[in-house]
Amino acid sequence: MSALLQLEKTTIRFGGLTAVSELDLQIGQNELAGLIGPNGAGKTTAFNLITGVYQPTSGEISFDGQSIVGSKPYHITARGIARTFQNIRLFPSLTVFDNVRAVFHLHLRGDARHALWRGRNFWAEENEIAVRVLELLEIFSLGKFRDELAKSLSYGDQRRLEIVRALAAKPKLLLLDEPAAGMNPNEKVELMRLIQFIKDKFQISILLVEHDMQVVMGICERIAVLDYGVKIAEGAPEEIRKNPKVIAAYLGEETKV
Amino acid sequence: MNFRHAKTFLLGALALCFLISLFQNQINSYWLIISYNIGINVVMAVSLNLINGYTGQFSLGHAGFMAVGAYTSAVITNQFDQLNFFAANGIFLVALLAGGLLAAIAGLLVGLPTLRLKGDYLAIVTLGFGEIIRVILQNTDFVGGARGLSVKHPWTNFFWTFGLAAVTIYVIATLVNSTYGRGFIAVRDDEIAAEAMGINTTKYKVTAFVVGAFFAGIAGGLYAHAIQFLTPNGFGFMQSIAFVVMVILGGMGNAVGVILAAVLLTLLPEGLRMLAGIEHLPGIAKAHPLGWLGGTRMIIYSLLLILLMLTRPQGLFTFRNSKLKTKN
Amino acid sequence: MTEFLQQLINGLALGSILALIALGYTMVYGILRFINFAHGDVFMLGAFAGFYFAPEIAKMLPTPSILSGLVVMGISMAICAAIGIVIERLAYRPLRSRPKLTMLITAIGVSLFLEYTGQFVFGAAPKRFPQILPVFPITKLGGLSLNSNQLIVLGVTLFLLLALRFIVLKTKIGMAMRSLSFNPEAAALMGINTDVVISFTFALGSALAAAAGILFAANYPAIDPLMGILPGLKAFVAAVLGGIGNLSGAVLGGLIIGVTETLVSGYISSTYRDAIAFGILILILLIKPSGLLGKKEIEKV
Repeated sequence: MSALLQLEKTTIRFGGLTAVSELDLQIGQNELAGLIGPNGAGKTTAFNLITGVYQPTSGEISFDGQSIVGSKPYHITARGIARTFQNIRLFPSLTVFDNVRAVFHLHLRGDARHALWRGRNFWAEENEIAVRVLELLEIFSLGKFRDELAKSLSYGDQRRLEIVRALAAKPKLLLLDEPAAGMNPNEKVELMRLIQFIKDKFQISILLVEHDMQVVMGICERIAVLDYGVKIAEGAPEEIRKNPKVIAAYLGEETKV
Repeated sequence: MNFRHAKTFLLGALALCFLISLFQNQINSYWLIISYNIGINVVMAVSLNLINGYTGQFSLGHAGFMAVGAYTSAVITNQFDQLNFFAANGIFLVALLAGGLLAAIAGLLVGLPTLRLKGDYLAIVTLGFGEIIRVILQNTDFVGGARGLSVKHPWTNFFWTFGLAAVTIYVIATLVNSTYGRGFIAVRDDEIAAEAMGINTTKYKVTAFVVGAFFAGIAGGLYAHAIQFLTPNGFGFMQSIAFVVMVILGGMGNAVGVILAAVLLTLLPEGLRMLAGIEHLPGIAKAHPLGWLGGTRMIIYSLLLILLMLTRPQGLFTFRNSKLKTKN
Repeated sequence: MTEFLQQLINGLALGSILALIALGYTMVYGILRFINFAHGDVFMLGAFAGFYFAPEIAKMLPTPSILSGLVVMGISMAICAAIGIVIERLAYRPLRSRPKLTMLITAIGVSLFLEYTGQFVFGAAPKRFPQILPVFPITKLGGLSLNSNQLIVLGVTLFLLLALRFIVLKTKIGMAMRSLSFNPEAAALMGINTDVVISFTFALGSALAAAAGILFAANYPAIDPLMGILPGLKAFVAAVLGGIGNLSGAVLGGLIIGVTETLVSGYISSTYRDAIAFGILILILLIKPSGLLGKKEIEKV
């Protein structure tokens, strides 16, 4: 099975600092993987590399068989990678409905001229989009907030909305950047269920960056561990949990398990 | 505004404007000029609202686009002498469109290099572009340079002014209120998130500039054929700032608010003038859509601006934290 | 050759004046990340302060003379420092937590207010700035004929730059300014009274702008309430050219623009003079937006 996302010796340097060093990473089809590591390990940087926000200094990144190095972020999203952000980045002045709807422009068959002419094709497509947006919102119980401004939602709802928005892009790979941050234990259980549900229903791959071990160990099929930009371990949750290098990275010293 | 009936609105507005323009000789010429100013300012404010308000690109050079349109259309119509009704209006339309087109190209030239810039920087650079346009016009003898350019034909009338204002409102409103158009606001709200959601922020920003500049050029053409005399200094950054104030007063991204603000700010000096019972207020009383730069008016105006920012930065006419209507 | 040197010195003098104004922009931007659009008008107020106080000083001290010139400059600097503090306190401080755009628009409002109130109070017609500094020709080798004005401009500017450097590098408040420009939150946590430091920065920048105003008026004696607009914009370009937030950059930028403008105006065309600064601005923002001496600020995603 060929990998959906493949990073080969991907490296990025900012001046004197090597944030990510020779990273080899593979995500397959319909896989739920996790990327963990202490603070500053380079996890979000890896996300930014994958989504085209940063360009690697060296190494290769390919998606669905094609290299995406040098592609602009919006292009990469069109190819099938969508993400959420560590600090929620919704469109604050747009409604919940419009936050999701804005992403549907990716799938527009018409364009600006149709918007101006307002003919039958335009309305047909807009109605179709409206139906799909509401469908998505309903799946995640956000339908009732459709006309609320995104910024007026509760924290947990905003996080869910960001995931819904990313799903609107119809990605093959979904990147979630610390989705459990700031959640209480109940919300985290809900989140774990939600992520599992997304993977099953939409049949996509999900790569998770997360600090919360309960979440990561609970749902990830495979985990890679970064420390100071270098991958120090990779494998199934049980192996990672017992790996001395991983423990040392988090605690700063060797301890017996 | 119910956009289901946008086209009906447009056709109705055009018909109404046409009717009124048939009787426009009955209207006091003083108020007629003021109404032209209202129409022109509405076009300027609404077009700037696309760039500043919806897309969040703070442009301080909008008067420069107006200048391009004004001069272009004037140069074209000046080539002709007396014409019959149909020829005159035909040529006028062509001249206006040419002015808009050249202004749109100017918008492209401004929008492309400024893509990476944000906030303050963008503002100053756009101001710089506006000034460069002014200096170029001042040094181009072909269009009269600093001495100015006379415009032969007073072809602006009620129909053209308000008809084109209606078209401008229609185009920008329908553009923004669509799935495609949500992209503009996404770019304004969070560029990085917008890119991550597949929105080509470059294309949106440039589109905003080009479309905004196009209509500013049209407004310039209307202005040229109303006032019949153009000077480069009439299109400096003071004028650009005036249009920015309209957008801010109305609420950035608030279509209705911006229109109201344009009307208000056009009428305000006239209102003040009538209240004070004076013919001329002190200061530079040059004929201009705002007609009121200079004197105590500007002092009050600038104080209002500061007060507005301190107390109500979302504008006078925004009532829900710049929520934009999303009715389909 | 002498012609060229002459122009060069003229350019350096103009550039010094721009540099003094640019320093104010760059200092305020360094600690607040905000462009004080009204700064150019403080330059104008400095010139007018000098205009109104010069006759009073002339009654007490021999005029024109270096001494009376410096006293007038000192008074003008003090007045403008106070004005700068007042503006910041009333118009900018309440908006510190708001989006930068709001502050920019307010600054535009303040700028317009200063300009048009100036027209109302001082009258719109240009006034002749009194001669407070002595003017005498200085002939150097090679037949250059300069007058003392340029030398005074260069000399005073140099002195002010050294004084500024001392303040910024060697005093406590200077260190506070620098730490604020690196990290406002951390500075506040370290017990630095940010309000005081910000006020001081505005005062300092405004004082320098006032000095620039006096020097400018001594060289180009026609002053009017709108005189600050173009020099203000050009000084801003200078600050950006040098790297906004960077003090040495502001000086470098000012000198470059002053020299370029004078040389182009002298050798190529004087009618495009005002557009040169904007042309430079667009160029630098396209090529190296962080400026000649500036550092790239990476936006954290």
